[in-house]
Amino acid sequence: MFKTEYLIALQTITNKEVRRFLRIWVQTLLPSVITTTLYFLIFGTLIGSRIGQMKGYDYMDFIVPGLILMAVISNAYSNVVSSFYSAKFQHNIEEMLVAPMPGWIILMGYISGGVLRGLIVGVLVTIVSLFFTDLQIAHPIMMVVVFLLTGVLFSAAGFINAAYAKSFDDISIVPTFVLTPLIYLGGVFYSIDLLPIFWQNVSLLNPVLYMIDVFRFSVLGASDIPLEYGFSVIVIFITVLLAVSLRLLSKGIGIRN
Amino acid sequence: MLNMNALEINQLYKRYDNGFLAVKGIDLVVKQGDFFALLGANGAGKSTTIGIVASLVNKTSGSVKVYGHDLDTDPEGVKRCIGLVPQEFNFNQFENVFDIVVSQAGYYGIPRKKALERAEICLKQLELWDKRNEASRELSGGMKRRLMIARALVHEPKLLILDEPTAGVDIEIRRSMWQFFKKINAAGTTIILTTHYLEEAESLCKHIAIINKGNVIENMDMKGLLEKADEEVFVLSLERPVEPLPVIAGSRIEEVDETTWQVSVRKESGIHALFDELSRLGVRVTGIRNESNRLEQLFIKLLAKKESADV
Repeated sequence: MFKTEYLIALQTITNKEVRRFLRIWVQTLLPSVITTTLYFLIFGTLIGSRIGQMKGYDYMDFIVPGLILMAVISNAYSNVVSSFYSAKFQHNIEEMLVAPMPGWIILMGYISGGVLRGLIVGVLVTIVSLFFTDLQIAHPIMMVVVFLLTGVLFSAAGFINAAYAKSFDDISIVPTFVLTPLIYLGGVFYSIDLLPIFWQNVSLLNPVLYMIDVFRFSVLGASDIPLEYGFSVIVIFITVLLAVSLRLLSKGIGIRN
Repeated sequence: MLNMNALEINQLYKRYDNGFLAVKGIDLVVKQGDFFALLGANGAGKSTTIGIVASLVNKTSGSVKVYGHDLDTDPEGVKRCIGLVPQEFNFNQFENVFDIVVSQAGYYGIPRKKALERAEICLKQLELWDKRNEASRELSGGMKRRLMIARALVHEPKLLILDEPTAGVDIEIRRSMWQFFKKINAAGTTIILTTHYLEEAESLCKHIAIINKGNVIENMDMKGLLEKADEEVFVLSLERPVEPLPVIAGSRIEEVDETTWQVSVRKESGIHALFDELSRLGVRVTGIRNESNRLEQLFIKLLAKKESADV
């Protein structure tokens, strides 16, 4: 049952999260825009012009979708992991735990914050990309859907990381040693067709590959992997991560004593 | 509804993951409208008990009911009734004062317009309205305590739980906070207070429970408990030095300095007998004050009694 009180609580958490990342926009919104601009400049314009075409597209056009989604993934994840862990660290998570709202509202609130930050950074990076390439979006609705689904998936992952984290080190280990390699090896800068068969098969174990591939299809209209595979992987991961997050909240694991 | 229990705790146990049994079968009833003190040494189980009632700590077993709402079957009903002022500062240090209180109202499902109104009322009551736009980390210790009280009151709880609310607060502000607590209690809010300042409990509370090592070792009304104290300690200022120290039946005199005595008077002897005897001996007393409050002595005595019983 979705009560009006729940909706107000959800709005409150979401507003608080948006206020937080807007207040420190230099730390939250700007870095991805700068980094991606450098990628466009170095890999797209300077090196990309010597690479030629990738799957029939200019190298710059090929890397744009991956770079946009990379920004969405890292921002959605880092927003939730840092905000929720800070709330644990400062104990202000207790403000929500004592209030009459179920755990899933808390989870939805944090995920909404992560998705919105991912979305804003994604749009900013897309705008920057227009300075480097004449971007024609093949399937705009699908693009927005993948934006949102990826944001939800990595926000939930960030929530789980924050729940288990016991120190600030713990919230940087996963992004540095797991997320970044998965993104870089997930076909942002190359098509897996370029890899030997063995490494192509290894790459297929990387869930980020499917997300970038689906997103690339929504922008360029071309992909390495059938769409249904991509969407299935996204939906399966969202389901699993949300289920784990809700269990952590209901049991209070990493949250209550 | 008048005689309803604000809080009912039955056979409450809490064992932490490291095996430590912090709460060992506590039974407690707090009546509606009461001002109830929960006393105990550090690590006695007070904060764990409060944490369980406020849904911050998972209980191992037992039952908790708040205004008839069962924590197991209706946790949201329980939460709606409770306002918690925890021992540690637990607000976002980077948020401003007004946003902290308004957000708390939002978590309780209070519409924004009403939340803004209530936040203003609470901040004005706690004399924080002028600080509403300041980041909470900029506030002094006393203001931070008052901010937590304002935040706990914004949803108009029926049961206010104060966990060491005046810790680290200067005497003047502490007294004004006492007045405030008395006022909201008189207006109908049930209050549970834990404190290390026994004078605070004695002057504010109607009922008292003493927790030791996870058990309730005393639970009665304050008046009845204080009657159990069998002696009081007074400090007497004398007009001039008296040598040697007199021996007076029912009293024990110790010299603090040449013109100051600390006198322990047994209750059955009474203070009149002491002064009659001093007058007969020609000792002139120019001033008198209580050395320590009765509750403190009783508290120490009860814990000592419990310790010896355990041995």
